[in-house]
Amino acid sequence: MSDIVKFKIDGKECVADEGLNLVDAAKQNGVYIPTLCHLEGIKPAGSCRICNVKINGRYMTACTTPVADGMEVENSTQDILELRKIIVETLFVSGNHYCPACEKSGCCELQALGYKFTMLVPRFPYAFEPKEVDAESTKLYIDRNRCILCKRCVRSIKSKDGKSIFAIKGRGHNAMINIDHELAAQMTDEEATKAMDNCPVGSILKKERGYYTPIGSRKYDKKPIGSDIEESVII
Amino acid sequence: MSKKITIEPVTRVEGHGKVTIHIDDEGNISQSRLHIVEFRGFERFVQGRPYWEAPVLVQRLCGICPVSHHLAAAKALDVIVGAGTGDGLTPTGEKMRRLMHYGQMFQSHVLHFFHLVSPDLLFGIDSDPAIRNIIGVAKKFPDLAVQGVMMRKFGQEIIKATAGKKIHGTGAIPGGINKHLTQEEKDSFLNGPDPLNIDKMISWSQDALAFLKGYQKENKDFIDNFAAFPSSHLSLVRKDGALDLYHGVLRAVDSDGKKILHDVDYQDYLEYIGEEVRNWSYMKFPYLTEFGKEKGWYRVGPLARLNTCDFIPSPLAQKEFEEFKAYTNGKPNNMTMHYHWARLIEVLHSAEMMKDLINDPDLMKGELVTKGEKRSEGVGVIEAPRGTLFHHYGINEHDQLTMANLIVSTTSNNEPMNIAVNHTAKQYMQGQQIITEGMMNAVEVAIRAYDPCLSCATHAMGRMPLEIVLVDNNNNIIDKKRR
Repeated sequence: MSDIVKFKIDGKECVADEGLNLVDAAKQNGVYIPTLCHLEGIKPAGSCRICNVKINGRYMTACTTPVADGMEVENSTQDILELRKIIVETLFVSGNHYCPACEKSGCCELQALGYKFTMLVPRFPYAFEPKEVDAESTKLYIDRNRCILCKRCVRSIKSKDGKSIFAIKGRGHNAMINIDHELAAQMTDEEATKAMDNCPVGSILKKERGYYTPIGSRKYDKKPIGSDIEESVII
Repeated sequence: MSKKITIEPVTRVEGHGKVTIHIDDEGNISQSRLHIVEFRGFERFVQGRPYWEAPVLVQRLCGICPVSHHLAAAKALDVIVGAGTGDGLTPTGEKMRRLMHYGQMFQSHVLHFFHLVSPDLLFGIDSDPAIRNIIGVAKKFPDLAVQGVMMRKFGQEIIKATAGKKIHGTGAIPGGINKHLTQEEKDSFLNGPDPLNIDKMISWSQDALAFLKGYQKENKDFIDNFAAFPSSHLSLVRKDGALDLYHGVLRAVDSDGKKILHDVDYQDYLEYIGEEVRNWSYMKFPYLTEFGKEKGWYRVGPLARLNTCDFIPSPLAQKEFEEFKAYTNGKPNNMTMHYHWARLIEVLHSAEMMKDLINDPDLMKGELVTKGEKRSEGVGVIEAPRGTLFHHYGINEHDQLTMANLIVSTTSNNEPMNIAVNHTAKQYMQGQQIITEGMMNAVEVAIRAYDPCLSCATHAMGRMPLEIVLVDNNNNIIDKKRR
């Protein structure tokens, strides 16, 4: 049995199992630290940086930092919130996110964070790099214009024998998400749905099921992202 | 020395147009043209997108009647997903879509009549533009203005209940709809606080019709003769000849009422309709191929629909329809300003249909979606507020859109609007050397009768931002006026 550690987030006394990453530990204490690449239950990657916090005065990604006894965490200070807003804006201008017609609208974590940080319009110029879509899979449609390279799909969606169905091809600004069509063809409907649900944006779409959830019933239609965590304290 | 008068909006707002009137050496109008100088490109940039996105993406052509594009695209995709057309959907799917469509028809027509047209009728087309606008109406006729606002609100609430939101919803999906009508929504529409309930909407629709008919009696010469000309008319009709704004077969009649397109399946529209490109406008000119580019043009919209259908399947509107038909002794009505009369009969019809549907138990339960064997191509046609709307899509084996062809209502009315402009120019500007506000507005009124997409841009605050340039054949500016 692991040891219980005590730490503080924005002055709030918190407790969690030692070694648990700070995002999940905060969640257990009713504190929301926004994430895009992190997915509970899979190994953290720290790639999106939206979970940046200050720990004992230093900027660190919460998803890759194990909670330790005596930690002093700043999560909601003005500079942290501004940093996160900048990251969200950067992600928007890096791709081509036309929320109004995107079927992930209302369920998209990036869009929800845009609302949370009151992003009215990005302050940076749009890149609008042309990126190809991949529609060859029988069950999935991949729109690279919306991909934020979080690697959630790479880390969480595997074939029955453990092979990666998704992978990142290329480096730097040439990096793009790729899908193994042979392995993808073996996916069940449930696995395809899981791939779409795990994608924090509208990059992975399950074919032929668009807009089935009416406006008003979508994930973030009624409550903003993170409010479920802030309203419930597990510990 | 021949001259050219240009009426052009200064600001580049959605749906703007430009009118040029050419005057020859004798001061006679030689030619008039309505140029549509905007370019949208939806047919091209939907290519490559997954087909199920089309109804949500393409509706962004417009903020006034997006539901029409939403439903026309969904109908085309019904064919692609194997659900078929019309009654191929589940009862819930088809009836929810119909309710959405009647809500759309109601609010769009009301917007046009109260917001855009009533200032012309109430104040006269020669009156001061500072007064001749919706604000002027609100000040002088507050009850009428409130009526217009509340009727539009009711239609918008119907759209929200069926499509998810008032503008650019997601309700119609390939093969059906994504929600039922809730008990709360039903109760609200039936018994909502006065005036937001369906009975009041029916009553106010009758009042609006009575107002227009009264105006017509007092201004018979203007209403009957302004920009009037004979033409063919085209629309969907139900298989039994009834007015049907959501689904049916294509019918066209000539100016004497003779059928020239015989209730054909719209999946085959390319066999009957061609589109001509002219180098001075981005808007194409559709025509019935059998009659060629010169004689095959036709009108669409409320006037055309009441000219093609045999009856209206709702009692109050049918009574009004009989009066409308009697006015021309059963022959097609070719009077341009009677578009407004026909439009208000459709407002009443839409209200009646909404009442029937709200009370229909199928909307609150039952399967939402149906599918069958997939096809690579589909056509969806609907009667949008402004007329017959065609959406045609093709997809590849990867479910991507490879082709889109849209013939929007205003496009079908392109040639008629040009003819109306020419008639008006000859009527008001023939031999005139000074261009008055009333002359310019007369041209706008002729265009506005068709309720084209540019109407909101040309009349929202009572006058279009205009620049008139009078030039000779060598492009020397003789006179220039701005307002």
